[in-house]
Amino acid sequence: MTTPALIFKRDSLLLYGGLLVASLAAPFVFADYTFQFTVLWVMILFAVTWDLLGGQMGYNSLGNIFFFGAGMYICAIVQIGLYYDVAEYTAASGEVHVEFTTRQYYTGLILGTIAAAVLSALFAVVFGYIVFGLRGPYFAIGTLGVALSAGELTGAWQYIGGGGGISLPVFPGEPDDRALFFYFLCFSLAAVTFFVLRKIYTGRFGLAINAIRDDEAKAEGMGIQTVRYKTIAWSISAFFLGISGALFGNMIGFIEPLEVAFPTVTFGIFMVVMCLLGGKGTMWGPVVGATLFHAFKEVTWTYMLGWQWVALGALIIVLVVFFQQGVMGWVQEKWPERFGIVVDDAAAQAGPDLDDGTRRREAAQ
Amino acid sequence: MTAMIEVRGVTKAFGGVIANNNITLDVPMGRVTGLIGPNGSGKTTLFNSIVGYHPIDAGSIKFEGLEISDLQVQQIARRGLLRTFQQTRIYSKMNCVENMLISVPHRRQTYRDMFAQYPPEVTERAEQLLDFVGLYSKRKLIAGSLSFGQQKLLEFAMALMNEPKVLLLDEPTAGINPTLINGLINRLRRAATELGVTLFVIEHNMPVIMDLADDIYCLANGRLLAHGTPDEIQNDERVINAYLGGHYMVED
Repeated sequence: MTTPALIFKRDSLLLYGGLLVASLAAPFVFADYTFQFTVLWVMILFAVTWDLLGGQMGYNSLGNIFFFGAGMYICAIVQIGLYYDVAEYTAASGEVHVEFTTRQYYTGLILGTIAAAVLSALFAVVFGYIVFGLRGPYFAIGTLGVALSAGELTGAWQYIGGGGGISLPVFPGEPDDRALFFYFLCFSLAAVTFFVLRKIYTGRFGLAINAIRDDEAKAEGMGIQTVRYKTIAWSISAFFLGISGALFGNMIGFIEPLEVAFPTVTFGIFMVVMCLLGGKGTMWGPVVGATLFHAFKEVTWTYMLGWQWVALGALIIVLVVFFQQGVMGWVQEKWPERFGIVVDDAAAQAGPDLDDGTRRREAAQ
Repeated sequence: MTAMIEVRGVTKAFGGVIANNNITLDVPMGRVTGLIGPNGSGKTTLFNSIVGYHPIDAGSIKFEGLEISDLQVQQIARRGLLRTFQQTRIYSKMNCVENMLISVPHRRQTYRDMFAQYPPEVTERAEQLLDFVGLYSKRKLIAGSLSFGQQKLLEFAMALMNEPKVLLLDEPTAGINPTLINGLINRLRRAATELGVTLFVIEHNMPVIMDLADDIYCLANGRLLAHGTPDEIQNDERVINAYLGGHYMVED
């Protein structure tokens, strides 16, 4: 019985080792594409955090992008507010040249990112209290409303720059170093997020949110504290999305509400499409989906300019109609035994169902 | 004899339909209590009222001497009062072992427990109970791929995993292969005697319930019609008329 486990372990060592080497080398080997690779890590983070609710817990959120934008703005306000009056800074945007020292830059970035993470998670608790009363499509629409209204409200809030946006502190270094700096930050963040989620999926938390997905009324009937699990799940998702927003905003350098911070119809929808493409509710599905999707998007945006949205729409239709299980879901259907979905033959041969059980279990061991 | 569940004057109406009308009954500790009656007589409604799926209109429901009629489903479940469903409900995309593991009692759960891994003895207990209901060889299969009867057995095992004090079973033998029914009854009785679970069972299969129950209540048209030992019930004129006699047969 130990052999398959060993092979699996060696496989995953090769897999993770290979991915690590490729990830570390990518920005040096393909230096022109560093920005694209950085965005890919953010996309992977989008997909795995969306899948926490949409795939593992069965709550299809269309508003997760809210935490990305919230994190971006919270970080920006902290970065600026530590050293300047935010209202004056945003009012003077573009007219007065504001300098941040290297020390100020990093202090602001670190504190801002922490604030973004913590406050985004708190937002999830507050909004969760309101929207987790909704189920199915109503939850999707409710969360979409949160994200859309956040974009509009931010646009109307002059203190933080309104629709005009905010310029963020300038990175104290060469452009190439800046690209590498954000590449490795986003890579680390995506990797940490992946492993944190992988860890919690294996324990009680993972099974509880799966149970909520499969039959929430049954889960309640079995005494599972469903509201608590749902709220914590969304907070975890929001925590990492908040950090990604903080980093992404700084990488872009200029943030505004509709296109950068709360892009509901682009990033907000991409999250869902990536999970559908890769396979909802699987560990690797969102990662595979994000990678394939990002490649698809770059190719269509480069070679089919003008038709790129048509291509994207066609992809979504094909996925929803013909390929609902996604890449990893398809792999699991095709080779269930690779995922341990097997009848225990040794146990089955020792005795039929509802016979004296002890013999079967001994035979299987 | 201590009553685990005391139902006193419970009334529940849906619009103009009075599903339960002034029902009073006791479920004594450590015994198997049966609940029978024609279709639409209010058996499942009473179960739903007891486990808190809907508020009751009048009356009182006590579990271990404490009023539970104003508590929520999860709170009642965490006190150790659990039910299974007529239309079997399992977590269909998870495998059998996972279905069992997440059914552990959630009574004294801290935030740390929520992220804990399962200790080996819990997995061991899950496999023992799967073995108890005869699903050990299928433990790695996705629960949704099992047959209806097997899902029913799994749901029963999940309920036992939760270590309930009282288990409400809604038609446990419906849809189960006749040759397996005897095995299942045997398991139910062992759950009562060996694991000390008090059972309250809705059942349409008369030989099964007469064999299994110590005590039977019969409902008809939302009212309590009769109460007695299986022998008394079988010979009760009113029960024969309401259930085994005219109206049930004609409607079918």
